[in-house]
Parts: sequence; structure tokens; C-alpha cells
Amino acid sequence: MTSLPPRVERKLGLVIDLDTCVGCHACVTACKGWNDQGAGLSDQDPHGADPSGTFLNRVHSYQVQPAAGAPQIVNFPRSCLHCDKAPCVTVCPTGASYKRAEDGIVLVDAAACIGCGLCAWACPYGAREMDAAEGVMKKCTLCVDRIYNEALPEADRLPACVRTCPTGARHFGDLSDPESEVSLLVAERGGYDLMPEMGTAPVNRYLPPRPKPRPAQASLLAPLLDIQATGIAGWLDRLLGRL
Amino acid sequence: MSQPVVDLSPRPSDEIRQTTCYMCACRCGINVHLKSGKVSYIEGNRDHPVNRGVLCAKGASGIRQITAPSRLRAPMRRVGPRGSGAFEEISWDEALATAVGWMAPLRATAPEKLAFFTGRDQSQSLTGWWAQAFGTPNYAAHGGFCSVNMAAAGIYTIGGAFWEFGAPDWDRTRLFVMFGVAEDHDSNPIKIGLGKLKARGVRVIAVNPIRTGYNAIADDWLGITPGTDGLLILSLIHCLLEAGKVDLDYLARWTNAPLMVNATEGPEKGLFLRNAESQPFVIDRRTGQPAPWDGKGVEPDLGALWQGHRTVFRHLAERYLAPDHAPEAVAGRVGIPAPRIRALAADLARTAFDEAIVLDQPWTDFRGDRHAAMPGRPVSFHAMRGISAHSNGFQTARALHLLQILLGAVEVPGGYRLKPPYPKPMEAHPTPHFAAVPGRPLSGPHLGYVRTPEQLALKPDGSPARIDKAFSWENPFSAHGLMHMVIPNAHAGDPYRIDTLFLYMANMAWNSSMNTAKVMEMLTERDAAGDYLVPRIICADAYASEMVAYADLILPDTTYLERHDCISLLDRPISEPGAAGDAIRWPVVAADRDVRGFQSVLLDLGARLGLPGMAEADGSPTYRDYADYIVRHQRKPGVGPLMGFRGDGEETGRGAPNPAQLDRYIAQGGFFQAHVPAEAAFYKPWNAAYQDWAVAMGFYESPQPYLFALWSEPMRRFQLAAEGHGALQPPDRLRSQLRQAMDPLPIWYPPFGDAAAPYGYPLHALTQRPMAMYHSWGSQNGWLRQIHGRNTLYLPTGVWEEGGFAEGDWARVTSPTGVIEVPAAHMAALNPLTVWTWNAIGKRRGAWALHPDAPEGTTGFLLNHLIHELLPERGDGLRWSNSDPVTGQAAWFDLRVRVDRIAPQDASRPQFAVLPAVAGAAQNSSRKNFAKDFAKSLARTVRGRRP
Repeated sequence: MTSLPPRVERKLGLVIDLDTCVGCHACVTACKGWNDQGAGLSDQDPHGADPSGTFLNRVHSYQVQPAAGAPQIVNFPRSCLHCDKAPCVTVCPTGASYKRAEDGIVLVDAAACIGCGLCAWACPYGAREMDAAEGVMKKCTLCVDRIYNEALPEADRLPACVRTCPTGARHFGDLSDPESEVSLLVAERGGYDLMPEMGTAPVNRYLPPRPKPRPAQASLLAPLLDIQATGIAGWLDRLLGRL
Repeated sequence: MSQPVVDLSPRPSDEIRQTTCYMCACRCGINVHLKSGKVSYIEGNRDHPVNRGVLCAKGASGIRQITAPSRLRAPMRRVGPRGSGAFEEISWDEALATAVGWMAPLRATAPEKLAFFTGRDQSQSLTGWWAQAFGTPNYAAHGGFCSVNMAAAGIYTIGGAFWEFGAPDWDRTRLFVMFGVAEDHDSNPIKIGLGKLKARGVRVIAVNPIRTGYNAIADDWLGITPGTDGLLILSLIHCLLEAGKVDLDYLARWTNAPLMVNATEGPEKGLFLRNAESQPFVIDRRTGQPAPWDGKGVEPDLGALWQGHRTVFRHLAERYLAPDHAPEAVAGRVGIPAPRIRALAADLARTAFDEAIVLDQPWTDFRGDRHAAMPGRPVSFHAMRGISAHSNGFQTARALHLLQILLGAVEVPGGYRLKPPYPKPMEAHPTPHFAAVPGRPLSGPHLGYVRTPEQLALKPDGSPARIDKAFSWENPFSAHGLMHMVIPNAHAGDPYRIDTLFLYMANMAWNSSMNTAKVMEMLTERDAAGDYLVPRIICADAYASEMVAYADLILPDTTYLERHDCISLLDRPISEPGAAGDAIRWPVVAADRDVRGFQSVLLDLGARLGLPGMAEADGSPTYRDYADYIVRHQRKPGVGPLMGFRGDGEETGRGAPNPAQLDRYIAQGGFFQAHVPAEAAFYKPWNAAYQDWAVAMGFYESPQPYLFALWSEPMRRFQLAAEGHGALQPPDRLRSQLRQAMDPLPIWYPPFGDAAAPYGYPLHALTQRPMAMYHSWGSQNGWLRQIHGRNTLYLPTGVWEEGGFAEGDWARVTSPTGVIEVPAAHMAALNPLTVWTWNAIGKRRGAWALHPDAPEGTTGFLLNHLIHELLPERGDGLRWSNSDPVTGQAAWFDLRVRVDRIAPQDASRPQFAVLPAVAGAAQNSSRKNFAKDFAKSLARTVRGRRP
């Protein structure tokens, strides 16, 4: 079994705005593309009858029926939440899964991974993906090879999914700092933990869809006058008299 | 325990090359990373005006297009029966000689027997010019089966369209309403814009029968009944007029609302009254007398009555204030309760008028009147196929523009803004050219904007001059042609037969045709002599599509990463409302096979055919290739495909060709922008500073100010003809259709498909395109098909429950002309009369080098089999196109169906013979690659890991 660090210096993570995500999957393929060349994310039979592959980030769409009002569609991007109490780490028999003390990022050391799959079983979020070609577990690295990368322009030192998100629904930052932009966003929008009852203390947060009130019926437009009575001529006089 | 050491700064790549994406029509800037000369990663270009660094799912997946097994490898000639998929590779010399051998005799005798249609509508300034030089009238791109209603209605009304030709003022708008948009051409800009609105808490309203795509994040969703958007919009107009919530000043100054409409019975009725200078005029409020429409200081009277004639404004008020436009009168048909319609009208009015904004920017209008500031109405709209792909789509799109105009919300701060070279009045566009003369080029461009019946593309005997019957009485304003009618008409010999069908990137044997199964038969049907009814087919494409299987000659294209291209102001540029912009593609990697960029091939063909402009007097080619053309071609003196770095490299818009131009583009990231001056940024159609800038840029030769056309005189001219006026008369059978459809003020009439409803077709059936595949030639992409590899028919709750459906059930879907059997699923967020599926997922088994048992082929399906290209027969022996009667736009969304539950099936119906892999495209089998697996296993073993 593997230990979590006694404390982490920072809690880097994602804040994902479910009120803004249109479910376009841009983050899915940007992630696949960046990590395919770094970690190597295999595909099995990509042009065949039953294609499958390793994706560290996936988007699901759910139908939601609010108590009142129209049914909604919520697009839900899913990747590792870099939990404070990551069960995928403590369950790992080899120490391959670990949480970094300096920034809280949960990683897999491929050299130590035996592909036993216990971590995927322990993760309540389904955020781990077994690479079928390599027999090694893969997961979101929060683009640890981008965020500190001195070979990248400073503006690009972001997770690939955040850099590419067309609607700006994905935010990256330090959630241990209450003054960080992501923490302020969480505070302002009521960002929530996914499945808190699992006791994983996820670092990533989701911003819920904003309430969608119907416009007040009281503000309906008042007719200028009774057109049936005055005819178009009367209506025009009233209208143009104000010009 | 110490942490493993992680390389935090791996070198991302050896090199970045910046070019333009072509996974769809959005034209984003991309950084293509290369490692060891191969593409390793694709990301958005932060400096690019279209996408500002972001990139969609398709864009990042472009890396998988280069290695797609469906890629064609070399030119090929058919060796078996057509459609059998039997081909043999030939050399380029042989391929081009074959094409020339077919085309040259046609050009010498009957140029119209070559029909050249392109599935993609970029590069039209080249493809159209080529077809014009060849001399055939039969040329267009795919707009006729896409969204020509949006384009044409926009041009005829505001001198620009939604599409990607304009954009909401995302930074200032305070209310945004979308009609019929799940995803769109301007894909990343709209997403960026929606993100801005969400960040500012701006209210987003979606009008759509289906709550997918952008509609998911709307603050309010109106699940409208398909085909009734026009009725809803005109009812909103009713509410606004009733309450006097219209922008009177805007209407009086910038629109034709104050022009006087002739009331005298006869051939001029409904046209504008004109003065001695043949100019329309207004009544000046200061004098009560006629005054020029463009006179300095004139104050037009919107409500004028003059010698029995009324203003446009009076006409429209009378029409839309009538009780039949009240919300209570339309609510049932539209499927939206009247109070919600009234609430939306109130939202629009409150935002436009109570939250009006003002930009502190003085400007001068075309009349010479100086304005101290720029008032704005922060209400904006976007609309696309949902309203457009109906037989009433043109009038519906006109109605939406009318709504925008009444709110004063076009080309103002906070409203909808056009992108240069738009706004541009309809009068500044060409008219259609169509007269084929053996051995001669056409006298002008094919596509244009018809103003009068005399400009229709008709032969002296009155029959259509074009194979698709574009610009005929059946659809006078068919500005993009009718690509969906080319094969059926050629097969029927109506209006005549052709010889060679030349297609580029067009899947007419599958999802781009209505009535797909029959179209496939048309392509293989022979006459009594054993000759194919469509004698010859040439396909240019990069991939083994369903259509390529029907080619006699295949000209293999490169991918977008391996060729030059220009995204030009001469066709569809990358402008922003505040800047003109164009861009290039260039070969960031070399093709690894015997393929050639289509545009270069087209120029080569042109040279071999001796086409004017493409061959020198000695027969040598004028242009080495497309890159050479991009730099040296001039459409008029000093104006070429690219505006940037002209002349000595410092000239913009106009200037001599600069041999270093492409290098300059590449050095600057592949694009160029020319910014609109601040004083010219809004009110462009009427803004003197903008007009002067546009002339300097080369968009037109003199200022072209104009008035927005609430009343359409060109339409009224066709109505007059239908009423019996004028020398050129429509066939009697079309008079009533023209009288209705060519109404000069926006109207709503039921979509033609609704006529089937009473005969057992209660439901509407639609398609939506998934964002990860919208407008993409890459739905076979190895990553994207893992995201969207299956499609089902979604049924609304009522249909699901009444039909006794349970999870896993299938549905038999029956339309007046077809039946399909498909997997079904329940979806609550639907209009209760609407069923739908994703478009472009279903494929023919064996096509695109996918495994024959791939889900796209086995359970995937098209609705196209339910949609006929013709309306039901009327007993008159005539073929009535299933298209909008104004523009000829394919009325895909008029489809009516019924749905019955059936047991789960193994495969969707209909099914077709499995296409054999096209030689050249790799055979795909699901057999594992043991050699590769073994190598990986070995590597793991060596590193001491569990195998």
C-alpha cells in the first residue's frame, strides 16, 4: 500500500463550469493529443468494429429534469480530480500511484505500475484508464509536463484541456490559496465537490449550472392603445407623435 | 518514500509550423508541432483572430487524418462495373490525359455537358473561375443543400448574412437569441462568444426543437415545432409593434421603411415610387413633400401617405399588427404558449430600449450628416440550418432580419455586426451568367443575385439553362445552385443530359443526397445501348468516401496539412467585424504518397485544356501550381487572392503581386489582418469612413451605401410577373407558388412537407450534427469515431410512452417515400412532435476504410432514405423539387414521419452491398497487429514489467 504525503504545499486542480460547457469534446482530443506523444495513449482497432482507446478526459452528457421547467442537458467532463485523500494511491501495491507533495498532483509512475487495476477499482470517479497496449494504468497528469515546462511560452504553461477549451469553461489554479482566481470562482459560483460522500476530498471542483429563472410575466409589454378601436391610423399617430 | 523524478520540461517538439485548420469550415489558426519531420501535436494559434488559441475536438484530431487508412494513394481508373469498387492505379499523366480527353471535346461542342460541383465551398474563387473559363454554366458548391436560405435572405435584406459572415457584438450584447443552431460554421468563435456571455451573466435564449449543442447551456429554451420559426418571429414583431417598441429613428434613417410604395394598379404596383431621376423617395417630415432618400438633413416620415401611396412602414404595420400574428393565434402551431412568446418580446424590447448603450465615437453618414456618438441596442441573434433547411426558410430568415432591424440591432454596438467585405448591397453582387458557347468562356460568374426575371438563367425557349435548374422560375434566387438536384436531373435528362460529372469533396452517393438509395441506382443505371445515364464521373477527394466508389476516374487529393490554400477575401475570408482578414495553408509536411493538391490539379487541367488565364499562347501553363496562382493571379488590377504584403510587401488590399507574399504570410503565422478604423467600426453600410476604407481595400470601386431592405423590390418583381405583368412570364403552374413565396414582406407559410401530415405522418424528423464532427470530412477519424461512432433515433417522452418503447427497442420510421429501421432511445428535452438523430455518423459498410462491421455501417443510419428530392407527384407529369421555392435550398427539415416500435435488430435498414476497399486506401481489418504487439511486449519484458 502507498502513503499519501502528510501535507501538500499547493493543491493544483481544475474548476469546470457546467453552466458554460457545451460538450464539444475539445478538451478530450487536446488531452489525447498532448499525452499521446508524452505518455503514449494507445488505441485498439481505431478503424475497426469495436474501437477503444485510452482517453484521460472524457465528456458525458446527462439529461436532467428540474423540479420545475424544461428538461436540461448537462455536459460533464470527467478526469482525475487529484483528491486530497486519493484512494487510488493508498490502494496501490507498488507505489506506482502517488500524490506529489509540492502540488498535490496524482501521478502514476509507469515504471513501477504492474497494471493490476486496483486503483481503477478504488477510484469512485472512473478516472483511470488502463492502456491496453502497455498494460499500464494512465491518468490525467494535470499536464505536469506543461505547467512547469520552461520550453513552453509562459502563457502555455497550462493543462492542454484548459488551453484549448473554446468556451473558457475550464480553469486551472491553486485551490489551496483562497485568493486564487479558481478559489474565488468556486466561492462566487458555489463550486462543489463531486460525490463528497466518498470521502476522497477531491481538489477539482465543478461549478453548477446557474438557476435558469423564467422571465417575469409581470414585465409584459403594454399595447400603445387599443388598435382594434383606433385602427392603424390611430396607432401610427400615437407611435410617430413621439418621434 | 521519495517521489519519482518527473521530467517537467520535455521539449514539446522540434519545430512549430503555423497554418490553417481544415477539419471543418471554421478556418482556425493552428500550431502544427513536428518531431522528426512528422506531425506530433496540433494546438490552436494564440495570435489567430478566429480562434485565439483555442481549438475544437476536430482540430486536435487532424493528426489522425494524415494517417487515416481511408486515404487514397494514387490516381485510379475504374476497371469493373461502376460502383463495384474495382479500380486500378494509374499515373498522374494518364489520369490527367483521361480527364482532358473527356473534357476537351465537350468544351469544343457543348460545354454545358460538363457539370462541376464542389462539396466544399472554400476556394470558390478558383473553382468558379475555372468553370467560367471552361464555359459550362453547370457549376456550384454545396450551399444549395446547406444553408443558402440564410445566405440569400441575408444578402437581400441586410447585405450580409449570419453564417460566419457576421457576429454578435459579444463584448457588449446583453441578450443573445439563437434560432436553429446546435453548432455552426463559425464554431470556435461562437463558443468563445458564448463563454464571454456566460462569464458576464448575459442571458442566452435558445429556440430549437432539440436541446443539444449550444442549446444545452441556454438560460431559456423554447422547444419550437419545426418549420414554425417564421410564425414565432412574426408574432414577436406583432408584439413589438403593438407596444410601439421599434427603433423609429433607425428605421427612418437606415432602412427602406420610409420609401413610398406604388399603389397604382398595374405593372408598377408594389414597386417603389421613383422621382425624375429614377430614384426612390421619401416624404420629408419638415415639408410633407417628396425628398431624396439620401438627401442631407432629410427627415423621412415613416407614416407618410402621399397621393394614395403608402410607406413600407405602413404596409408592414398593417400586416403584422393583424390579429392572425398575435401570440394567442400562433401558439398552438408553434408549440410555445402565448405568454412565453409575449415574455420573449418583452425581453427583447427591454434590453434593446431600456438597456440601450452609447459608444462615444463621432462619425459621419453617407448623407453627410455628422453624428456625435454611436447608439447601440445590445440584443443579438444567431440562426442557421434549423430555420434555413425548410421550404419556408428564405422567408423565415428574412423575418428574423426584419426583427433585428425593427429593434435597431444590426451594425450597432451590442447588436449583430457584419465582417468585411460585408456589408455589401445586393446590387454590388453579380447576376448569374449561364450562356454556354462552344470553345468560349462564360461571360461572367455563374452565381449571383437576381433582381429581375430577365436575369434568370433561362434558355431562349424558357427552359432552365442549368442542369440544377438554379435561377429558374422554380427557384429564382438560387444563389448557391442546387447541388442536390444535379444527379437526379442528369439521370432524368431534365432539363437535359450531361456527359461528365466532376465532383470535388462531395458525398453525393451518401449523406449529401436526398433519397440516397435511389441516387446510387441513378449512378449505375444504363440506357438501352448499355451506356450509363450519367456517362462519366470524376471524383477528386483525399479519402475513400461512398461517392468515390462510383467514380470512373479518381484524382486523389492531399490532406490540408500537405498543400497550399488561400482563405481569401474573394470568397470566404477570416474577417472579424473589426478587421478584414485572410489566411493561407501551406505544406507543413510533405505528402507520403502519389497525391496532389486539388487546386493545383485543377490549374494543371486548365492549362492542358488551354483555358484562358491558365495557359500561355505557346500552350505552357500560366501557373506552376496553386501557390504560384495565389501569388500572381489578379482578379482585377492590383487585387489578388491575398490582401496582405502586396507590392513591395507593405501594401494592403491593392498592390502588385509580390513574389515573397507567401513567405511573409508564413512568417506571420499564416494570416493577415487589416483593421477597420474606429470611426468605421459600426453603422458600416452608411458610414462614410467605412465606405472609404472599403474602397481603399479593394472591396469595391466606389462607396456603396444602401438601405436595409424590409420591402424587397426584387421579390415584388417576381410577384408581378406571377400576376401577369411584364414580358417574361412564368409557367402557369408556378404562378401561385411565386405569388406566395415571393412576397416582398416576410411571410410564413407551412413547410411543403406538412402537406403529408394528415396522411399518417404526425412527427417531424430532424438531424443535428455533433460538435466533434460538424462540417468535418473526418468523421472516420480514429479518435473522433470513438467519441461519436453510433447514432440512435431520439424520441420525445410522449412518443416513447405511447409507442410502448423500452430501452433497447428499435423503431421503424416511415415517411411518405421511405422506411428505415433503426435503434431508438428516449430524450425528454425535445419538442413533443420531433424525433431526431445525429447526422454524418451512419456510413455505408466498407466505406472510409472502416471495418465492414463498424457500428457506423451496421447500426448507424441516415434519415436521407426518408427524404425524396422531389415532392409527391401532382398528376401533372412534372418533377417538383423538394426545395425552397425562392432559393432552391434542400428542404431537409420538412420531413414528416411516423414511428413504430419494433424488436431489436442486428442491423439498421436499409443496408447496401459492402463496398470493397478502394485500391490505394488501406484495407482495414480488426486483426491485431501481432508484430507491433510483440514489440511492445518485448519492450516491457526488457524493462522488467509484467507482460
